[in-house]
Amino acid sequence: MKVNAALIGSGNIGTDLMIKALRSDHINPKWMVGIEADSDGLKQAAAAGLNTTHEGIDGLLGAIERDDIKIAFDATSAYVHPENAAKLAAHGVLTIDLTPAAIGPYCIPPVNLAEHVGKQVMNVNMVTCGGQATIPMVAAVSRIQAVDYGEIIATVASKSAGPGTRKNIDEFTRTTAGAVEQIGGAKQGKAIIILNPAEPPLIMRDTVHCLTQDKPDEAAITQSVHAMIAEVQKYVPGYRLKNGPVFDGKRVSIFLEVEGLGDYLPKYAGNLDIMTAAALRTAEMFAEEILDGSLVLTAASA
Amino acid sequence: MDLEGKNVTLHDMSLRDGMHAKAHQITPEQMVAVARALDDAGVPLIEVTHGDGLGGASVNYGFPAASDEEYLRAVIPEMKQAKISALLIPGIATVDHLHMIKDCGVNTVRVATHCTEADVSEQHIMKAREMGFDTVGFLMMAHMAGPEDLLTQAKLMESYGANCIYCTDSAGYMLPDDVSARISTLRDALKPDTELGFHGHHNLAMGVGNSLAAVEAGANRIDGSAAGLGAGAGNTPLEAFNAVLDRMGATTGVDVFKLMNVAEDVIVPLMDQLIRLDRDSLIMGYAGVYSSFLLHAKRAAKKHGVPSGEILVELGVRKTVGGQEDMIEDVALNLARRRADAAELAK
Repeated sequence: MKVNAALIGSGNIGTDLMIKALRSDHINPKWMVGIEADSDGLKQAAAAGLNTTHEGIDGLLGAIERDDIKIAFDATSAYVHPENAAKLAAHGVLTIDLTPAAIGPYCIPPVNLAEHVGKQVMNVNMVTCGGQATIPMVAAVSRIQAVDYGEIIATVASKSAGPGTRKNIDEFTRTTAGAVEQIGGAKQGKAIIILNPAEPPLIMRDTVHCLTQDKPDEAAITQSVHAMIAEVQKYVPGYRLKNGPVFDGKRVSIFLEVEGLGDYLPKYAGNLDIMTAAALRTAEMFAEEILDGSLVLTAASA
Repeated sequence: MDLEGKNVTLHDMSLRDGMHAKAHQITPEQMVAVARALDDAGVPLIEVTHGDGLGGASVNYGFPAASDEEYLRAVIPEMKQAKISALLIPGIATVDHLHMIKDCGVNTVRVATHCTEADVSEQHIMKAREMGFDTVGFLMMAHMAGPEDLLTQAKLMESYGANCIYCTDSAGYMLPDDVSARISTLRDALKPDTELGFHGHHNLAMGVGNSLAAVEAGANRIDGSAAGLGAGAGNTPLEAFNAVLDRMGATTGVDVFKLMNVAEDVIVPLMDQLIRLDRDSLIMGYAGVYSSFLLHAKRAAKKHGVPSGEILVELGVRKTVGGQEDMIEDVALNLARRRADAAELAK
């Protein structure tokens, strides 16, 4: 049994997500929505047997009831998401938001996915690629002891950052910093993103610095970090600890690399994978709830 | 070279790029003293922020002695003629910072991106222009893009509303011909009323020469620092460049002797280490490495017991760009491990 889903946005993220969703035991990707008829994503979707439209969200709405669409993934941009979210909610569709719009609660699967079970939420936000890659590490430190300050630096290959990401760079820094606090558990959060155009493209790199309130318990933090890495590796096998945790006074630094599966963009674009894999894992959990009847989707009154 | 009669706007970097050389520890009082002296010498434009621009306060780049806002509010009311600029790097700062600096009285915003990534500056340049700032598009590490590629990026920034475009030699890697080719390509194809600027680093001792080449090719704003106080081997020494322009008959409006005095009597006593073209700076200029990495590399070298030059070369090999200070410790840890493994094998 699978739940039918629609992918909104036919860019890098939407297309990578489609390829992963086609392998899912719980999600059946049925529609892809774009705004450019000749986009590569729409062509790939049509070739994979999905229904497609290049008329944006309005091209999908009429098909929601007919095709029994229960879940939508929004991989457009922070500027477009609010309108999409309202229209989808009016049709009773649960939306997984992959933009940094952050209307719904944040979801970082290994940290707080379970908290969303049974809450009847209709919109969850996947933070950002940098957030998915680093917040599990901030949480791995903060579950051991209080973190006064958490800072993350995400470096991605220029080729893996599409126009949506580039237009939304402020939303990236704000949303990620907010989630470092709220989900990571740092009292104060900061996020920095860097695009690197090197050829061959570099694999996504992420650095996490935490300043703990008291002297860090090195053994407990090291063990917690390794345990959390294993949790993330369950859905992103190329998530790796390159160096650290390094301890320097109250500073704890963790150096990570995220290699993707190479589904749509090549393997260097781990930033795509960590986002799409997290979104799919989240959707699968909701799909199980929908299928067992514990989550009943209701249309929001418009 | 004939620069007779050219008007050149000098832009001092000692209170922004100089923050790198001071590990961001210049105090607001020291900033006021330097800015007053520069103002008195006739320097028309002075940059004030954390070395990595607005919002640069971080573990990654270093926490400063005071906040950007504290620095700006201390300096701006003291200025008689000089205007103040602020650096904004998208990915570190956001448009939110523009409201704060507008309230402080900042005149010029310089929105900086890596030389191939101008499209991340759209939100910031559009907003800055809309708010009435003198708005500069600042293309960093410009040696990594050829003249035509740099032009494509410059046109994007111009289309967002930048009224001035900079060719920024962040690594101090360029030679005069590299500067001439880039500036003249920009001059030929950008709007005639779009100003052009050049920001040099002295890592190959080309600061003054490159800046002259830029002016000859059509740039009218030139960055430098009194006594060179800046990242790497420092910025173009502004007092020297001003003296050279004076000898060549170009006009800056800056008093040659007063600026020399600022450099010698105000800036040099502030230095933690003499700003000079040391081996590590030369490596950066030779290998094309971001100048701000210098002190971070020296610190990582000391902590992990590997030569700073090796760290810098590896950062060049990895094609790191501005802002990737986090890779310095990562590289140092890798080199230290490699050394330990080699030592183990030798036993």
